[in-house]
Amino acid sequence: MMSNLKLKEEAESQENVEACVTKIISEKEYLYALLHIPVLGAATIQKMLEAAGSFEAVYHTTGKEFADLGILKPKNEECFDQEKIYLDHWRRELASLEKRQIRFVSPLDSDYPQRLYTVQPYPMGLYVKGDLPREDLPTAAIVGARNCSAYGNQIAEFMGKILSQNGIQIISGLALGIDGAAHRGAISAGQPTFGILGCGVNICYPKENYPLYQAMSGCGGVISECNLSEQPQAKNFPMRNRIISGLADVILVIEAKEKSGSLITARLGLDQGKEIFALPGRITDALSRGCNELIKDGANVLTTPENVIEYLGISREKILRVRKINPKTLAKEEKMVYSCLDLEPKFLEQILTETGLPVDTCMSVLLELELAGYITQPSRHCYGKKIL
Amino acid sequence: MFNKVNSGAILGIEGYMVSVEADVSDGLPAFVMVGYLAAEVKEAQDRVRTAIRNSGYRLPPKKITVNLSPADIRKDGTAFDLPVAIAVLASFGIVEPDILKKTFIVGELGLDGVIKSVRGALSLVSAAKENGMTMCFLPQENVLEGSVIAGISCVGVSQLSELVTLLNQPDDIVPEPYRYEEYMNSNGNAYDVDYADVHGQILLRRATEVAVAGRHNLMIIGPAGTGKSMISKRIPTIMPELSLEENLEISKIYSICGMLPPSSPLLSKRPFRSPHHTISPNALTGGGRVPKPGEISLASRGVLFLDELPEFQRNTIEILRQPLEDHKITVSRVHGTFDFPAYFMLVTALNPCPCGFYPDRNRCNCSEHQIQNYLKKISRPLLDRIDICVESMMVPYQELNSTEQGESSEQIRQRVERTRQIQRNRQPDKIYYFNGEMQENAVNQYCQITKEDEDWLRDVYERMGLSVRAHRKILKVARTIADLEGTEEIQHKHLCEAVGYRSLESKYWGGANV
Repeated sequence: MMSNLKLKEEAESQENVEACVTKIISEKEYLYALLHIPVLGAATIQKMLEAAGSFEAVYHTTGKEFADLGILKPKNEECFDQEKIYLDHWRRELASLEKRQIRFVSPLDSDYPQRLYTVQPYPMGLYVKGDLPREDLPTAAIVGARNCSAYGNQIAEFMGKILSQNGIQIISGLALGIDGAAHRGAISAGQPTFGILGCGVNICYPKENYPLYQAMSGCGGVISECNLSEQPQAKNFPMRNRIISGLADVILVIEAKEKSGSLITARLGLDQGKEIFALPGRITDALSRGCNELIKDGANVLTTPENVIEYLGISREKILRVRKINPKTLAKEEKMVYSCLDLEPKFLEQILTETGLPVDTCMSVLLELELAGYITQPSRHCYGKKIL
Repeated sequence: MFNKVNSGAILGIEGYMVSVEADVSDGLPAFVMVGYLAAEVKEAQDRVRTAIRNSGYRLPPKKITVNLSPADIRKDGTAFDLPVAIAVLASFGIVEPDILKKTFIVGELGLDGVIKSVRGALSLVSAAKENGMTMCFLPQENVLEGSVIAGISCVGVSQLSELVTLLNQPDDIVPEPYRYEEYMNSNGNAYDVDYADVHGQILLRRATEVAVAGRHNLMIIGPAGTGKSMISKRIPTIMPELSLEENLEISKIYSICGMLPPSSPLLSKRPFRSPHHTISPNALTGGGRVPKPGEISLASRGVLFLDELPEFQRNTIEILRQPLEDHKITVSRVHGTFDFPAYFMLVTALNPCPCGFYPDRNRCNCSEHQIQNYLKKISRPLLDRIDICVESMMVPYQELNSTEQGESSEQIRQRVERTRQIQRNRQPDKIYYFNGEMQENAVNQYCQITKEDEDWLRDVYERMGLSVRAHRKILKVARTIADLEGTEEIQHKHLCEAVGYRSLESKYWGGANV
């Protein structure tokens, strides 16, 4: 970010030049500038728009007048007036967005997602890298814990894959854990998936998910309400969650602890009238408590991806079935090892004890099964069945 | 009158000869010691004078000059007390000088004439023997150490007066018998731990066996209380028995550090050293103004066990690089450069994450960041030198209580010895012939695999994102597994098992592997 002083100089020196060139400033440009005034949020801008009639009018109204109307806090008046002089800077940035392959979509545009109008307050501007979810296709949000279990990770990836193969657009938060797994599932199916960020759309947070971020900007999109280059801050995430729930037709909660952001998303979704699906779990698992709680409160129980597909009314013939592994094709020892495994990963030591096979045989069988795609190894010497 | 006594001192881990010369002349009564001496050696004059008087001999008031030669090496330690006393007594004519020519004497003196033990007696006696000495007088406590060196007769003495009597009446001398074989044979089962005590832990047993058989360095990952230390402590018990040279080499180190067991002059078992993670670099390598061996030399021919590897200081761990390649450590100080042996097997243990419970997400709430940062603390170059990596896991209760005994160390050791013999026969002209020590060209020569396996391995290599180093390590470990089985060719299952033991690849850890 440029320093304020520098911006001011720039604004003054450019003034004469600008005066000669076109002086027609569009509503969108006014809005773009307003969004960069630190004291204004989506709700305040909406109120100002109601009071003034247009963004141009909002722009030309002083902070004092808004404060008198009770829209702006008196302490923010000065800031509102001062920040307005950077209008030209923001106009230039808006014009340069295209070069950076970022779109700015506001309620003024026709392609603003209709689903977001259910959100209160709906975002006044979205930065989009890639595409926005299509209106004619259903969307599903898959959310859950960052520190998820290997099982949750697999389920999220599985749901992401199967749902997207059935034409459902997957929306999530590009976080580690469940979010990333859901995106990964959709990407592995070659279907578009949408990540909603809690930071500027040009920043990949967390950076571990850069491959996903890259893939998503090409197929699907990365979307954020935050201004460009804004760093991820704790306050942005609840705001991001409301967009996730807003864009989704259904919300799948895979794994959530009792107090978690995923539950916030689910509650926001309920307020917006979205259908919630929660993955049931054992009552003793900390990561399943949030989900079980949701089910207790009336959420749908998620047992197969078909639950969601049916709810969304997609014709049944199209449903892609889970690949059933036929253990009959496996050799004797492979069968023995495979049947000993579970979705919950087991340590090699445990597998050795249960099967009674010698170490070398057991390890080669496991490696062959892994290479053949029957099992996964979520962490070293820890094996679980693969569900897809 | 001038007289000379042969004595010795330690440099590094080897002894060298020092001649203690004493001259008594007329002049102002004085006791002068020269020859580049440390403070404790200069103090010897007071101990010597008092001990002589308290042993019943009277020193006439004469000028006494004592020189320790070679005079250009700084001498320290208290082992010169006794030779100085004898040289002085000989100069006064109290001791017969003839016998002293082929006699080696070391010992510390108390004021009452008691002879106290010295450090490094083993090295000193072997240096004396190499320099043509035929008899050696040692403090009684050290005489056992001398008794394992062939070709020199050792006599233990505990009083200055006793030594003077013996020197004057050589016929009464009863040398300590040569006892090497006695000690070697009595060491049948010197270890107080055994693999039979370990319940379950099939994987750890197997991995340690492979590691020892091919001399691969090992890493064990697992939560606290899953037997990482327990199994590591038992690794020396499955190593082949110490040979004579090996035993003398490590016993010398222990002798210099004053750490030999009191009842035996030789180490009866392979060492297991487990330094705490707060250890300083110097304590690990050996140090001091005149360097003494450090932990890695004490672990030579045995196991160096580093528990909680990520907690060690970075610069401490980096030091291990040279010894792991060269099997010795070079310590340079102002008094010279010393090579200490450091031919150890490295065994490291660590938790999978800061809290130790990963991947059990019900108990572990470490973020991927925390786990990555924890593991990032392990030095990459050190990781490159670790061939085998296994996970340990909690033993279920019923197994803990089972009366069924596992295989004993003895049984495993037989297999290890057989496997090591195969490796020796494969590269008979090399000093370091183990699979774990194979260099690039040896790997290419001895770790041949079939065309299909090569294709398969390339597939694994690409799918798992392995490094070139990991690829070579897999081949080396597979060679050892094949040798354990006694097969000439590396088979597919050997490769599979070796892939399972592959070392920690940072990319493989955690979930963010897209």
